[in-house]
Amino acid sequence: MKPFQYTRLSTEDLSLGTTLRDSTILAGGTNLVDLMKYGVEEPDSLADIGKLPYAQIEESDKGLLLGALVTNADTAYHAAVKSTYPVLNKAILAAASSQLRNRATNGGNLLQRTRCYYFYDTTMPCNKREPGTGCAAIKGFNRIHAILGTSASCIATHPSDMCVALAALEAKVHVLRKGETIVIPFDQLHRLPGDQPEKDHNLEPGDLITHIQLPAEGFSEHFEYLKIRDRESYAFALVSVAACLKVSQGKIADIRVALGGVAHKPWKLKEVEKDFFGKEASTENFQSLAEQLIQGAQGFGTNDFKISLVKGAIVRALNNALNPS
Amino acid sequence: MNTNLVHFTLNGEPVEVAIEPWTTLLDYLRYHQKLVGTKKGCDHGQCGACTVLIDGNSVNSCLCLLVSLDGAEITTIEGVATADNLSPEQQIFIEEDAYQCGFCTPGQICSTIAMCNRGEINSEEELKDWMSGNLCRCAAYKNITKAARRIYEES
Repeated sequence: MKPFQYTRLSTEDLSLGTTLRDSTILAGGTNLVDLMKYGVEEPDSLADIGKLPYAQIEESDKGLLLGALVTNADTAYHAAVKSTYPVLNKAILAAASSQLRNRATNGGNLLQRTRCYYFYDTTMPCNKREPGTGCAAIKGFNRIHAILGTSASCIATHPSDMCVALAALEAKVHVLRKGETIVIPFDQLHRLPGDQPEKDHNLEPGDLITHIQLPAEGFSEHFEYLKIRDRESYAFALVSVAACLKVSQGKIADIRVALGGVAHKPWKLKEVEKDFFGKEASTENFQSLAEQLIQGAQGFGTNDFKISLVKGAIVRALNNALNPS
Repeated sequence: MNTNLVHFTLNGEPVEVAIEPWTTLLDYLRYHQKLVGTKKGCDHGQCGACTVLIDGNSVNSCLCLLVSLDGAEITTIEGVATADNLSPEQQIFIEEDAYQCGFCTPGQICSTIAMCNRGEINSEEELKDWMSGNLCRCAAYKNITKAARRIYEES
């Protein structure tokens, strides 16, 4: 690991702002430290935010406010998450290992980097790691790569499970920017690669995620997080589906479908979902929604299978959501 | 010298140390404290051999920078028992023959302790998932699972 300067931030330091602009932020470190060991990340200085006051979960009538420093495990097992937001509980517990969930934080989960093999391999070209060098994945082994929203520069996916559930719930992200809190809708936090795949998200240097706001509606009656992977536990998603439904007299009153493992960000299309409001909650309609949601999907050889896999997964997740186990 | 001061308790003893910030908890335990019960396997958070307890939670010590653990309570396999008085978890691993070479065993035992501390296991699938972050190259999973189940039930 390349040597670096380390600063442990206090609440008072936050008002300065300069440290965060000039440093890489360290929270749980489960992804960052690993990337530093591989030489993918080589920061000159780390700003440790572990002592900042964002390690609580607060309940209100507007929903739940998840501190950015609460661990993934403490979030998943929080009583209100289990009872009101079971899709989030299920998504978090489908991710990583118990050790990683015990250490990884909510803010860090949002900002974790892709697990593209070529991004991790510093001997290979990668536009995300080193802009302008090319994408080795497009003509390489791309079994885990994206089929939606890709570009000629990058076909990496966002690896998080938690973020797929947060996208379905339409969470909001609180960000401290130059001393002011701004609120970013979840679907605007991450971005598609375009010609700047080195940018995973729309945050600015110096920004600090402080909280994730869950809306009051948690879809606790009809939900599913379906994760399909190469082994049953401790593996990233090939495809995943967070499905949330509200059903009234057999008709869809609300429907949310977010996909993981298929794009550079959780994939969700509000305009497609709205088309199904008022329609019967049936397999036929779920199939139609799946077709529309993945319109334009393109495989790159070894990930072609994802197109039919995700279509089936969407239908299965929505049917499971009607009668969650 | 680029060092930072950090305070924590290690197996119940208070420690203050000035450390290079790139030192992981795993390297500190093995190379500075000579607590070699915690094993270095993959060094990338994938095998679980380096699992220790921080504030009662199991973590991969290879992915924790020691300097970030200010105020933490760290427990390694050396801290869960003494040589002539094994912990209940260690005793059950022996009784259930839950290892072959034993390299992964310290991490496996730390994970079972954290599993009991958390108390959120409601099914065999959840138990297996909890333990899935600890790999066993000898594939002694059947008896490890059996031991983990007994430990959880008897905790």
